[in-house]
Amino acid sequence: MSDFILKINGTDRHVSASPDESLLSVLRDRLDLTGTKYGCGEGQCAACTVLLDGKPVHSCLTSVVAAAKSNITTIEGLEKNGGLSPVQQAFVEEGAFQCGYCTSGMVLRATALLQATPHPTEDQIVSYMNPNICRCGVYPRIIAAVQRASGSPEKAGGQ
Amino acid sequence: MSALDPMAAELAEHTIDDKPYWFRVDRRDFLKLFGGGLLVCLTERSILAQESGRTFGSHELPDDIAAWLAIAPDSQVTVMTGKVEVGQNIRTSLAQQVAEELRVPFDSITMLMGDTDLVPWDAGTFGSRTTPTMGPQLRKMAAAARQVLLEMAGKRWNADATKLVAADGKVTDPHSGQSLRYGELTRGEKLTQTIAADTSLTAASDWKIAGTAVPKVNGRDFVTGKHKYPSDIVRPEMMFGKVLRPEGYNAALVSLDASKAEKIPGVTVVHDGNFIGVAAPDLPTAERGLSALHANWNVPAQPSNQGLFESLKQSSAGKQDEDSPAQSTEAVSQAIAAAPVKLHQQYTVQYIAHSPLEPRAAVAEWNNGKVTVWTGTQRPFGVRDELMAAFHLPVEKVRVLQPDMGSGYGGKHTGEAAVEAARLAKATGKPVKVVWTREEEFTWAYFRPAGLIEISSGATHDGTLVGWEHHNYNSGPAAITTPYNVTHQLSQYHPADSPLRQGSYRSLAATANNFARESHMDEMAHTVGMDPVEFRMKNLTDARLRAVLQAAADKFKWGASKSTSQRGFGIACGTDKGGYVATCAEVEIDPPDKKIKIRRVVQAWESGAIINPDGLRNQVSGAIVQGIGGALFEQIRFANGRILNAHFAQYRVPRFSDAPQIEVVLIDRRDLPSAGAGESGIIGVAPAVGNAIFAATGTRLRNMPLVPNGRIV
Repeated sequence: MSDFILKINGTDRHVSASPDESLLSVLRDRLDLTGTKYGCGEGQCAACTVLLDGKPVHSCLTSVVAAAKSNITTIEGLEKNGGLSPVQQAFVEEGAFQCGYCTSGMVLRATALLQATPHPTEDQIVSYMNPNICRCGVYPRIIAAVQRASGSPEKAGGQ
Repeated sequence: MSALDPMAAELAEHTIDDKPYWFRVDRRDFLKLFGGGLLVCLTERSILAQESGRTFGSHELPDDIAAWLAIAPDSQVTVMTGKVEVGQNIRTSLAQQVAEELRVPFDSITMLMGDTDLVPWDAGTFGSRTTPTMGPQLRKMAAAARQVLLEMAGKRWNADATKLVAADGKVTDPHSGQSLRYGELTRGEKLTQTIAADTSLTAASDWKIAGTAVPKVNGRDFVTGKHKYPSDIVRPEMMFGKVLRPEGYNAALVSLDASKAEKIPGVTVVHDGNFIGVAAPDLPTAERGLSALHANWNVPAQPSNQGLFESLKQSSAGKQDEDSPAQSTEAVSQAIAAAPVKLHQQYTVQYIAHSPLEPRAAVAEWNNGKVTVWTGTQRPFGVRDELMAAFHLPVEKVRVLQPDMGSGYGGKHTGEAAVEAARLAKATGKPVKVVWTREEEFTWAYFRPAGLIEISSGATHDGTLVGWEHHNYNSGPAAITTPYNVTHQLSQYHPADSPLRQGSYRSLAATANNFARESHMDEMAHTVGMDPVEFRMKNLTDARLRAVLQAAADKFKWGASKSTSQRGFGIACGTDKGGYVATCAEVEIDPPDKKIKIRRVVQAWESGAIINPDGLRNQVSGAIVQGIGGALFEQIRFANGRILNAHFAQYRVPRFSDAPQIEVVLIDRRDLPSAGAGESGIIGVAPAVGNAIFAATGTRLRNMPLVPNGRIV
C-alpha cells in the first residue's frame, strides 16, 4: 500500500492504495465516490468515464499512480453552487436516461466534447460519444441532450 | 401449471428454477428443517429440490389500504409495492396513478419499492404486468383511501361526506368553505379499512396527472451520481467477495488448494458444498485471494453452436408443453397442400445475453440470525425465497431490498449474487459486497433461449391465407399464434433440452416468433406479388393491429419510394401482452462490401390509455435500439461448456453509431385499459430490417442475428 494525494473535483484527497489499483476501485471503494460506475473493467463500455485534466479516460484502466498527476473530475464534481452543469441540465430536460447507470459516463464525456468542440455536428457527437454504451438504447435522446447543452437548436433522433 | 392459473403460467415462462448453489446442511439445521423423527437419508441436492416448489399459491394480496399506502401527518404519501424500478420508469408512472386517484399533488408521493419487509408480496417485475395489474391495484387503494378521507372529514364536521370534495391533498366542504389537509385528517393513523369490491376509478378521459409527461421523479440523482444502485451500497466494515467460477458448465471439482490464498492477510476462503469464494477487506485483496486459489476441474464434453438447432429439434421429441397440447395437424396440412401457393421455411434465433450495464451485485449482512441483502433483482421476493432455501431460514429471517438498479431486461430474475454475498458474510461475520465482473455476467447469468422455428403456409393467388403451421423449438410460446385470419392454423411450442442456462428476456419468445412470422408474411407477399402492407391488411381484421400498421405506414410514407439495391424499405407488425406495434425500417447497403446500416425506423405503438407519454416514448425508442442488437449482430458463441465471447469487445451491442433516426407514433386509446409497454416494442425491429434487406438485395435472411459481421454474406 502507498499513500496518494488525488486532486478530485478541486479538492485534495488522501488515500492509501496499492499503486497498480485502478482509479475506479479507489474512487468507488476507498473514497465512496460511487457516481463512477463499473460496467466491464475492460475499457469497453465507458460507464467508468472520468475526466483527467478535462480529457475522458476509462477509470477502470487507469492506475491510481497515473491519475495522481492530474486534476480528476468525477460526476460528483459537476454541480456548481448547487446548480446542475449545462450538460446535466440538458440530460434532465431531454429525459436522456432510463436506468441511468451509464449516465455519469455519458455526462462526463459529453462535457469533455463540448469543452473541445462547443458546437458539434451530429456526426461529431456520435463519433465522440461512441465508446459509451447505453444498454437501454437512449442514444437519440443523449444526442439531443448534447445538442441542447451546446445551444444548438436542431434536435437529433426526432422521436 | 394450468391454464386456470395465469400467474402460474406466467411465472413458469419467466422463472428459472435451477439453484446454482447447495450448501452443506449441518446436523443442527437438518433437525430444524425436518424435526427429530425423520431419519430418511437425503442427499443435499434432494433437500433443495424438495424446497424449490413455488410458493406463490399461498400469497394473497392484502386488501387493507394500510398495506399499500400511508399518509403522514405532513400529508406526504408513501406507496408500497413489490414492483421494482429498473429503468422502465414505473416509479414515476405508478406515482402518477396514485396521485390521480388520491387527488394529491404528484410530488407528495414517495414510492417505496421492492423491500420485502415493508411491501406486499409480489411475484416480480416482468411480463409487462406492472401497468395492467399493479397500476389498477394501487389506483383502487388510492380511490378507497380518498373515500375514507371524505368520510373522516364528514364525521369531523358532522357533514354529509357525499357533499365534500377531495382535491389537491385536502378535503373541502364547499358549503362551509372549511378544509383539512389529508394529514390533518389522519393524524398519522393507518387507514386500516379494506377496500370495497366496487371501488370505482377515475376514467382515463378525466385524468389530470396520469396521462401527462411527468419527468422521471428522481432524474436529478442520476445526472449527479447521487443515486445509489445495488452495487453502490456500502455498509460499516463491509468486505468484498469474489467467487471462484468453474472452468466450464457442469464442471466437477477435482481438487482445490486454498493454502496460498489463506496465507494472504485479510483473506477468508469459504468452501461449502459447490460454493468456493473469498472475502477480504478490499477488492484488490479479494481479487488476489481469488487468483491464489488453485482448483482443478473436470469439464465434460458439451455441445456448441455447431449443430445447435438440429439438436434442439431432436431433443424436443417426446416432450410436451402443458399449455400447448399436441394438436391434429391433418386439416392444416391438407389446407396447405391444397393451396395454389405454398411456402415452407425455417428460421433461427441464437442465444443472446441481456448484459445489463450494472452486472449482478449484492451486499449482505447478518444480524442476530437475520440476513439483509441489498441486491439488483426483478424479483426481490423470489430472491428472498432463494435465500430462505439456501440458508434454511424462515421468512422473517430474510430481508431483501432492491435499490433502483442498472437495468435487467428480463435478465435479473435470479439471486445468485445475493446468495454468494450472504454465504461470505455468514463466514466473515461482516457485511460483504459481491459485484459480478462483466465476464461473469456474460457467462454465469442466463441467456435468451435460442430457437428453431418452422413455418408452413398456403395462400390463394389473390393473397388470402388458407393454412398456417408454426412450430417453435425451444425458444418459447410467447406471441406464437398468428394475429392474421387463417381458417386452418396450428401453432405449437416444443420444449427442448437447452445446452445453456436460459430464461426470460424482454418480450420472451415474441421476438423470435414475430421475426419468423413477419419474415414469412413478407416472403408470401412477394410470392403472390402483393405489396407487404396490402397483403397484411387483406388477412387482418384486428382493428388495433390494423391501426398501428396504417399509422406506421403513413408516417414512414410507405410506398412513396421504391427500394433500390442500396436502400431497402421493410415493414412488420405484431402484438403481444396487450401492446400493438408496427415497425418500418429503412436500410442502407454499402455496395462494395454489403455493409448494413439502419438509417431510419418509424414505429407506431398502441397499448391502451397512455399513462406517461414521455416515458412510453422512451421505452418504445429504447426497445428499437436494443432490438437492433439482436436483429443484426448479437449472439453468444459457445463450445464445450464455455462462452467464447464473454466480453463487450467480442459481443457487440448497439452503440451510438448503430442508432438510426427514430420516429415513434403513439396512439392513445383512453377508452381502453393501459397495457405494459416495456417489452413488446422490440418485436418488430428484426423482421422489418430483414424485410428491408430483402427488398434491396433479394437476399432473404432467416437467421437472427441477420448480419453477425455487419454485412450480408
